Amino acid sequence: MDLILPSSGLIFWQLIAFLALLFILIKFAWKPMLAALEEREGSINDALKAAEQARSEMANLKAENEKLLADARLERDTILKKAQDASVKMIEDAKNEASKVAAQQIENAKAVIETEKKAALTEVKNQVAHLTLEVTERLLRKSLSDEKAQKALVDEFVKDIKLN
Amino acid sequence: MHHVKDSHEWHFFNIGHTHVTLALPVITYASDRGLEFFMSSDFQNHETHLFGEENAHNGIYIDSHEHLGRVDGGAIYDFSITKNVAMMFIVIAVVLFLALSAAGHYKKNGAVAPKGAASIVEPIVLFVRDEIAEKAIGPKYKKFVPYLLTLFFFIWIGNLIGLMPGAANLTGNIAVTFTLAMLTFILVNVNGNKDYWKHVFATPGVPAPLLPIIVVVEFIGLFTKPFALMVRLFVAITAGHIVILAFIALVFIFESYAIGVVSTLMVTFINMIELLVATIQAYVFTLFTAMYIGGAVAEHAHDDHH
Repeated sequence: MDLILPSSGLIFWQLIAFLALLFILIKFAWKPMLAALEEREGSINDALKAAEQARSEMANLKAENEKLLADARLERDTILKKAQDASVKMIEDAKNEASKVAAQQIENAKAVIETEKKAALTEVKNQVAHLTLEVTERLLRKSLSDEKAQKALVDEFVKDIKLN
Repeated sequence: MHHVKDSHEWHFFNIGHTHVTLALPVITYASDRGLEFFMSSDFQNHETHLFGEENAHNGIYIDSHEHLGRVDGGAIYDFSITKNVAMMFIVIAVVLFLALSAAGHYKKNGAVAPKGAASIVEPIVLFVRDEIAEKAIGPKYKKFVPYLLTLFFFIWIGNLIGLMPGAANLTGNIAVTFTLAMLTFILVNVNGNKDYWKHVFATPGVPAPLLPIIVVVEFIGLFTKPFALMVRLFVAITAGHIVILAFIALVFIFESYAIGVVSTLMVTFINMIELLVATIQAYVFTLFTAMYIGGAVAEHAHDDHH
C-alpha cells in the first residue's frame, strides 16, 4: 500500500518546489523566450513579406521598363517614318517645283522666241518693203522714160497677175 | 520494491558490507515539539543501515516502512528532505539551468537563431506551444503555455534522470503525480467558463429525467480526469522501473551467467523503451492537461467534450 499512498511530506515539498519552479520559469525563462520567439517569427514574416514586395516591385519596374522601351521604339519608328515621308515629300516637292520652273522657263523662252521671231519677220518685211520701194522707185525712174518700156512693164505685171 | 519507493536516506550501492549512502535531513513537526531537524543517519543502525524503533533518537524513530513515529505514541508530521525531495531539487536545478540558459541566449542576442541550450529547449518550446497548446486549447492558448512548458520539462527531465542508476523514482511516485494532477485540476476549474460549468451542471441536450444521473456522472468526471493523469504517469514510470528491477533480480535469483546475459540484454532493451516512455509520458501528461484546459475555456464546450 505504501507505493500507492501519497506521503504528505513529499506533497508539501513538491507543491512548494514546483510552484517556485513555475514562478521562476514563467518570469525569467518562458516569458522572455516566448516573446523572443514571437519577435523572431514576426521579423521572419516581415522579411518574407518585404522580399515578396521587393520582388513584385521589381517585376513592376521591369514591366514598366519594357513598356518604356517599347514606347521609345514605337516613337523612334514613327519619327523615322515621318522623316522619311518628309524627305520623300521634299524631294517630290523639289522635283515638282523644278519641273514647274523648267516648264515656265521653257514657256517664257518660247514666248520670247516667238516675239523675237515676229519682230524679226516684221523687220524683214519692212526691209523687203523698203527695198522693194527703192528698187521700184529706181526702176520706175529709169524705165518709165520710154513708152515701150512702160508697155512692156505693164504687160509683165498683167502676165504676173494672170499667173497668180 | 524498496528501490521504487521513497526513502529517508539515499542509498547508492554496497561494497561488501559497507553501504554507500547519502544521509538526508529529517525534518519533523509535532504540535507539542515544534519543528525539529535531524539527519537520517541518527535513526539508523550504523552497521546495517536499517531503520527501526530500536534506533530511536530524541524520542523519534523511523520504522522499517519509512514511516515516522514517536516513542510516546504522539502525532508527528514528516517534512523530511527524503530521497525523492532531494531528487526533485536536482530535477528542478537541471530544468532551471536548461531553461534559464536558453532564455539567456535570447536576452543576450535578441530574437536570433538558437544556439547552445536554446537549441535543445527551443524545439520543445515550439512543439508545446504549436502542437500541444494551440491545437488542444484553441485561440486562448497563450496564457497557458508557460504552465504546460514547466509541466513538460519537469516531468521529462524527472523521467530521464529517474532512469539513471542510483536515481530516485520521482515521477513514479504517487505524491508527485498527485500534486501535478491537482495543480492541473485547479487550473482547469479556475479557468472554466460558463459553457464548461453549464455542461457539468445542466448538460445541454439531456432529457430532464436523466439529468440527475448525468450531473453526477459529469461531476465525478471533473475528478476522474486529474485522477487519470495522476495514475497514468505513476503507473507508466513505476512499472518500467519494476520491470527493470525484476530483470536485474533474476540474475541474483538464478545466479547463472546465461540468465545474466539475457537479463542484461533485456534490461538494455527495456531501458531504451523507457527513454521513449519518459518522453511520451511527459507529452501525454502535458497534452491531456492542455485538452482539459481546452475543454474548460472553449466557447462551445459540448462540441469536443464527449
